Order: sequence, then C-alpha cells, then structure tokens
Amino acid sequence: MSSFRSGVEAAIPALRRYARALTRDAEIADDLVQDTLVRALRSEHLFHGGEVRSWLYTILTNLNRNRLRSIARRPLIKLISDDDAPDMAGPEAGARDIERALASLVEEQRAVLLLVVLEGLTYREVAEVQGVPVGTVMSRLARARAQIRAFLDGERPALRRIK
Amino acid sequence: MIDRDLRVTEDELHAYVDGELPAHRRAAVEAWLATHPDDMARVTAWRSLADSIRARYGTVASEPVPPRLSLRQMERARRWRRGLAAAAVIAAFVAGGLGGWAARGAASRPTAATFAADALDAYKLYVVEVRHPVEVPGSEKAHLVQWLSKRVGYQLRIPDLEPVGLTLVGGRLLPGPHGAAAFFMYESKSGERFTLYSTRANGPDTALRYDADGPVAALYWADGTIAYVVSGEANRDRLHKVAESVYAQLDLPAGR
Repeated sequence: MSSFRSGVEAAIPALRRYARALTRDAEIADDLVQDTLVRALRSEHLFHGGEVRSWLYTILTNLNRNRLRSIARRPLIKLISDDDAPDMAGPEAGARDIERALASLVEEQRAVLLLVVLEGLTYREVAEVQGVPVGTVMSRLARARAQIRAFLDGERPALRRIK
Repeated sequence: MIDRDLRVTEDELHAYVDGELPAHRRAAVEAWLATHPDDMARVTAWRSLADSIRARYGTVASEPVPPRLSLRQMERARRWRRGLAAAAVIAAFVAGGLGGWAARGAASRPTAATFAADALDAYKLYVVEVRHPVEVPGSEKAHLVQWLSKRVGYQLRIPDLEPVGLTLVGGRLLPGPHGAAAFFMYESKSGERFTLYSTRANGPDTALRYDADGPVAALYWADGTIAYVVSGEANRDRLHKVAESVYAQLDLPAGR
C-alpha cells in the first residue's frame, strides 16, 4: 500500500469523528466522509506531500460548506421551540446541550472550534484548512467560545429572535 | 525574565487553553488569571466545553468503520465509475445534437437526489401494477433497449440481474426532470420487484447514496452526465447487492 493510501486509511476514524460533530447526524457525516475519500483518491496526483490528514480535513470542510449552501437555497426552516432551551440536569442532558450549542454556531466558527478542540490541530493548521490567516482563526475561535458560553447561560440572543 | 506586569490579551488566554502559548508567557498568564476572576471563569468554561465536546464525540473514532468507507471497496467503485464516464462520452457522440441541448439547461439541472425521488415515485406507482407494469416486455429486450436509448439520448444497457435472482419484466418510458427517463422493472420468483431508472444529469459526481421513503428505498449515483437509481423495498443489504450488480455491469465497455 502506498504511503498516501495508508495515510488516508489511518485518518478515516478521525474524519468520521470530525464530520459527526460538524453535522450532528451520523448518516450525513458518513456521506461527507465518503465523498471526501472519493475525492482524495481521485486527486491523489494533486497531493504534493505534506500532511495527508490536514488535506483531508480541508476537503471535508469544503464539501460541508457546499452542502450547507445547497441546503440554504432550499426554503428549509427549522423552528426553534422552547424544548430547545438548554436543560441543566445530568450528563446526558449535557451531551444534548453540546449538540444544540454547536448548532447555534455559524459554520466557520464551528469548524474552527472542532478542529482545535476535538481534532487537536494547531492554529496554523486550521488556518491552512480554512484558507485564512491565523488571526481570522483566532477571532473565529473567540466568537465560537463566546457564543457557546452565552448559549449555555441561556441567553441565546440570536436564536430567541428567530422564534 | 518574566513579564508579569504586561496585560494578557484574549488571544493569549485561548492559546493558553489550547496549548499554543509560548513557554515564556505561561507564568505571566497564570499570574494574570490568579488576579482576574472573570478571565479565570472564562478559561474554566472553555476547558469544560472542550471536555464536553470530546466526551460527546471522541468515541466516534473508535467505532468500527462501516464497509462503505473502506478504501478497497471505494477503489473498486472508482473503477466502475471510470467505465461509466467513458460510456457517457461515447453516448454524447451518439446523441449528437442532444449534447448541446443538455448543456443549455445545466445550471438548473436537478441533483441526483431529485432523480431518486422521481424514481421512487415511479417505483411506487408501477410496482403494484399486475397486468401492465411495463410498456415493452422483457422478452423483447433488443427492441426495448433500442427504443429507450433513442428516447433518452444515450446508449442504454440493460443489466442482467439473474445472478441476484431477478428477471427482467420489461421497461417503459417516463418523463424525467429534463427530457426522457428509462425505467426497467425486475422481479424475483417470490414476487419482489426492483426497478432501474436512468436519465440525464449534470450535477457533481455522486458516490453511491441511500435514500429511504417509508417501506421503499433507493440507491442512486450520478456520473456527471447520467444518473442511475435502483429502487426496491427498504432492505438495504438486498438493495445494495442489486445495485452493485447493476453498477458492475454498466462498467463494461460501451457500445458493445
């Protein structure tokens, strides 16, 4: 097996983890991973060394952005009800809170937070994945953390307005 | 030298939490936190957020990887798709002027998912039909393939699904989202029915996708020019086996 292929293979579990957190839907997440792998195998000749893993995160992040754009074109509206208010009891409730808190972020911020916190990428690597300067990564990370803190404190100003 | 008196920026607090703070700033940040409870609370909250995210999603990486994400299976699929692409190019020459017509509507062309929904509707409509499920019976296979190829504008191939226990019942012409669609029905000895739907597409290439609608389901893929949908009862394994057989046969050299 080529080192490229074994690098891709080794990254699959981590890609699934990132995609699951990014989409919060197991089926959609694995679809994304599948499309990422298909694209990676097809464009192996475009890969000029470096970290295979970062390159795969880049493909997946871009595919997810395209996916969200195509969803946004459709008039799909998810209403936020009072059931979505964060509940503060028990660790399972905590897991649901995390899903909803992640859902409250805009895509770029969610990706930065997850790449740093869950996938352990450095700020520089995240900057490469997103194709932006490190400063932009920092401000996205700061906004993501502030937004989630506000969300978990039950403020959720932006979401309240939608309802 | 420890610069204890310098103001600590928010970026440094993040870097501290994420292990990216340069070593020489560590003592300064820790001293700052000891005297700034608001910032300390933020740092604590960020850390507990990171713990929660890892607790919620960390285990996904140790789940077994599903077969459809295995590289071996995927490379096999890629070989099929390469064959499909070659077939599509040849079909475009055969179709002649139709190629230009197809390119015109490219921007608004529906995605493979739309085709899958259309195909499922057709499946539900005709699968219950006992006397007239098809327009041309499977016994007139040569005529069927010639007629439908002419109408959809590319060379069709009717897969032989006997190896998976399915006999060709026949086919019919359907209105597709853009022009005609070909629809073939297969049946097993026990009466289960599967259909193959094919029409022109111009979306991005799509890997094999599964879509269920109550008791019926579809596996579909698109190869840029042509979309294929295999529909049947919602039994994913069985459907997958049938679709794989279709997939493999479409890989044969075109025009033969």
